[in-house]
Amino acid sequence: MALLDVVDLVVEFPTRRGVLRALDGVSLAIEPGEVLGVVGESGAGKSLTGAAIIGLLEPPGRVAGGQILLNGERIDTKTQEQMRPLRGKQIGAIFQDPLTTLNPLYSIGRQLVETMQTHMKLSDRDARARAIKWLEEVGIPAAAQRIDAYPHQFSGGMRQRVVIALALCAEPKLVIADEPTTALDVSIQAQIITLLKRITREHGTSVMLITHDMGVIAETADRVAVMYAGRVAEIGPVAEVVKHPAHPYTEGLMGSIPSLTHRVDRLRQIDGSMPRLTAIPTGCAFNPRCDKVFDRCRRHRPGLVPSGKTQAACWLYATEAANG
Amino acid sequence: MFAFIVSRLLQAIPVLLVVGFISFGMFAFVGDPILFMLGQDFTVEQKEALIRQLGLDQPFLVQYGHYLWAALHGNFGMSYRLARPVSTLLLERLPATAELALSAAAFAMIVGMPLGVYTGIKRDALSSRLILMFSLVGVSLPPFLIGILMILIFAVLLGWLPSFGRGEVVNLGIWTTGFLTWSGIKALVLPAISLGLFPLTLNMRLVRAEMLEVLRSDYIKFAKARGISQRAIYFGHALKNTLVPVITIVGLQIGGLIAFAIVTESVFQWPGMGLLLVQSIGTADIPVMSAYLQLIAVLFVVINLLVDLLYYAVDPRLRIGRGGGH
Ligand SMILES: Nc1ncnc2c1ncn2[C@@H]1O[C@H](COP(=O)(O)OP(=O)(O)O)[C@@H](O)[C@H]1O
Ligand code: SF4
Ligand SMILES: [Mg+2]
Repeated sequence: MALLDVVDLVVEFPTRRGVLRALDGVSLAIEPGEVLGVVGESGAGKSLTGAAIIGLLEPPGRVAGGQILLNGERIDTKTQEQMRPLRGKQIGAIFQDPLTTLNPLYSIGRQLVETMQTHMKLSDRDARARAIKWLEEVGIPAAAQRIDAYPHQFSGGMRQRVVIALALCAEPKLVIADEPTTALDVSIQAQIITLLKRITREHGTSVMLITHDMGVIAETADRVAVMYAGRVAEIGPVAEVVKHPAHPYTEGLMGSIPSLTHRVDRLRQIDGSMPRLTAIPTGCAFNPRCDKVFDRCRRHRPGLVPSGKTQAACWLYATEAANG
Repeated sequence: MFAFIVSRLLQAIPVLLVVGFISFGMFAFVGDPILFMLGQDFTVEQKEALIRQLGLDQPFLVQYGHYLWAALHGNFGMSYRLARPVSTLLLERLPATAELALSAAAFAMIVGMPLGVYTGIKRDALSSRLILMFSLVGVSLPPFLIGILMILIFAVLLGWLPSFGRGEVVNLGIWTTGFLTWSGIKALVLPAISLGLFPLTLNMRLVRAEMLEVLRSDYIKFAKARGISQRAIYFGHALKNTLVPVITIVGLQIGGLIAFAIVTESVFQWPGMGLLLVQSIGTADIPVMSAYLQLIAVLFVVINLLVDLLYYAVDPRLRIGRGGGH
């Protein structure tokens, strides 16, 4: 059984001028110990998917359809108070900007201890000892001395290490990392990804790694989901998706990572940009930008269908049996 | 830390000099105390003797120098109206004003801050909207009107509380306090509430606005994502982060409360410095007015210093440099 199963997830924002459908039938699954990469342009719905899973959509955003199952149990119907014990303990989260994710007025030790004591029965002394161990594990030098230091006393890279320790210190089964290196200096991005990969493997933690960097995904993920306009365009094993992308949009994305393109035929950049939520075309959301577009694409919406070892939401791969 | 306090005090010197100059300027340019003190019938000799006695015949700068020197020694001259030393007059009145201002500030904080937290957390609830609506009334009614209305209701109609004066006070040497007698406390209630109502609504709105801002921040979202309890998030992580701006405003408020207790003291005939000032203005009693001005300036300097020290206590970013420093 998958650790996490997202089925046809719909997220909507009621606004004065009607309901905005930001996620429209997102389906993906994560196995225990697996790293699922999630890629897509800015605004594709990656962060919303993560926020919906952990139950922290910002109002008025709400799950308006589909299901989210953790270990087979529905969590999308839980109240905030029912979700709270799961957060940190079952599902951890790592945010983008380490400069703003740590409370500036609490020492890092206090934040770690508070998190662990929220989820586990631990004496102050044990919690503190564990906090030091976690800081050592994420590579904070002189952890025993620095545990009482405040966030502003650390560099961005060090703070992201602290954030990783905080996200993992109650030993969640799954951690959602939303662009964990985007805000960091390029020179330390690789270190943080390496750390995240190592530490989650050691603890057997599954990862949903959200990024727009295909290079990171190619190096880190087991499988990858490509998102476009609030939908999953393609999902499959990372090597397949990189080397033999099925969906025309994935092909275009792969064209934008030079280090990996030597395997792939040189691709043109995709013209145009992703549609706004208010103007998503009928049929395939990608159809105005697709050079393989045909009649059916403009009238009916494609679902995920197998294509080789991956699944793509594209009419090119639909068999006769698929309705449309 | 010590260097910080010293530098703050040094920075305050120019401010105090300017205020001293202005209050001295009042002597030189406003009103004619001689006419006031001598009344209608006086001889030229009497007038010149008084001018010499008051030092009004000397050059401007010399007078200013004398004035500052005397002020530094707590000597602000004699009241024209009461013919008593101004410093004694002010010291007699200080406890009444200080107790009124502190009670009003405490009322404004103890009621205003929790209301701010509440309306910030339950931003869309009906109760929050009602509280905010009432607070708007509190802000828009002039303080003297609120005072008069309260006198009408609680003193005249219901007869629960006295409508004027300070009640019985206990003399503690240099300080007289109304906190130690039942009648003193009863007398304090209406003036303190009417003076504190405006800062209360201000505190509430400020804490609410800060709370809304802080609750949107990434570190609050991250705390939620770690499963931290609501209580710890609202009253720990969030409230502490709203404190820095709130401390500034509350600090300024206490200074302001002392300065603007004037209206409340007039309405309730509260025997404080404000009432003294009003009586002094009516009779052009310039030594009292100028000394009052300087006292308020010193109070603001002291309060600002306390505010800065509180920042230090709350915010480690000020307390500890980037490098470490434990
Ligand atoms: N609070 C909100 N109100 C309205 N629309 C929102 C809100 N938050 C996100 N959206 C929309 O949802 C879409 C997906 O956002 P997001 O998941 O943040 O994208 P990304 O893939 O870049 O992480 C975007 O088009 C965005 O405009
Ligand atoms: S369904 Fe049609 S428009 Fe959409 S990606 Fe496939 S070919 Fe292109
Ligand atoms: Mg995002």
